[in-house]
Amino acid sequence: MILVEAFNWILANPGTFFSAFNRHVLMCVISLGIALVIAMPLGLVVARSPRAAFVAINVAGSLRSIPSLAILSAAMPFLGIGLLPSVVALVVLAVPPLLLNTVVGIREIDPSVLDAANGMGMARRDIRWQIEIPLAVPSILAGVRTSAIQVIGGAALASFIGGGGLGDFINAGIAIMNMPRLLVGAVPIALLAILTEVLFGWIERSVTTRR
Amino acid sequence: MKWVPKNIDRLVEALLQHLYLVMSSVGIALAISLVVGIWAARRPATFNVIVIVTGVLFAIPSLALFALFIPVMGIGAAPAIVGLAAYSLMILIRNIGLGFQSIPRDVLEAAHGMGYGSLRRIWEVELPLALPFIVSGVRIAMVTVIGIATVAAYINAGGLGVIIFEGIDQRFPEKIIAGGLLTSALALFTDYLFAGLERVLRRRSGRVGG
Repeated sequence: MILVEAFNWILANPGTFFSAFNRHVLMCVISLGIALVIAMPLGLVVARSPRAAFVAINVAGSLRSIPSLAILSAAMPFLGIGLLPSVVALVVLAVPPLLLNTVVGIREIDPSVLDAANGMGMARRDIRWQIEIPLAVPSILAGVRTSAIQVIGGAALASFIGGGGLGDFINAGIAIMNMPRLLVGAVPIALLAILTEVLFGWIERSVTTRR
Repeated sequence: MKWVPKNIDRLVEALLQHLYLVMSSVGIALAISLVVGIWAARRPATFNVIVIVTGVLFAIPSLALFALFIPVMGIGAAPAIVGLAAYSLMILIRNIGLGFQSIPRDVLEAAHGMGYGSLRRIWEVELPLALPFIVSGVRIAMVTVIGIATVAAYINAGGLGVIIFEGIDQRFPEKIIAGGLLTSALALFTDYLFAGLERVLRRRSGRVGG
């Protein structure tokens, strides 16, 4: 059974496996963090004006049509190989869904809610923090989930541009046609993505049902 | 821009291969999901389970999914098409199932009362009503699969990904950008095309239904 062989390989080489695993997770967390810091404030600002929101939604939509593989490989000629180009590419991958969902989440708030807040004499700043952002949270969380899945998948491709991570095992496995080695990369990547999906789905549901 | 003008024929060939991968995988997935969709729409509990399971499986990254098929199917176009069809299936089952579920019960009962058999009812009543959902599912599936299919080049399935991978191996930015932009143009064009089709269908079904 190749799955057992793959598992035995991990047991025999825990150092190699976990350094790749940690690098993979680190790459994802750093890029997602940077993307959040960029996309959320940008989304909040852009959502104020219908025209800017329209532009942002369309630009983000077009960016999403560029395949992950192309974004990662396009980073290489400019930034060389290694961790930096991978992280930059993953940020580019993660920003559009986050931006899209932040803008849409805020723009889809019922205008009468904002009118009511206004009529109650709430300050602009309080409306932003106490009404707009909390109401947009479910949509933003959905964006975080999409981005996280994108980034985990993209990080698997980082191996092609020398970014390391679990994709290295898939690469090595295909290069020497060693099936257990292939699975040492593929199975943890798949599980990581599935776990993230389930976890974020659960967070989203618990936030949405609370209201 | 030196490589592109001299290699238009190679780009066209890669584009056609890419389209072949996308069309065959989405086609297979469409056939399967129509059957599953019709079957599952009458069983909401089963359908909910299917939606949750496919949603979770959809999260599996393309490189990992293709890699998981290699021990069973080897490399080449076949495992790539199976992998791409799996992604399309997860999108299509959800959309098509929702489409069939959205048909009001009275419409089905009216068809039954008029003496329609179930095959005729599916063909003449349900399918036309669910068509906008089907087209919208095909649109999302095509756009998604066009992007993912670039990775299929890694397991020797051909397509536009070949150009990108050559660019990586040869440190040749122009190839990377040409392959990437062509893929993204294909995705945007497909999206535009199907969005138009969807609008026409929704307007027409709105008139018939309204």
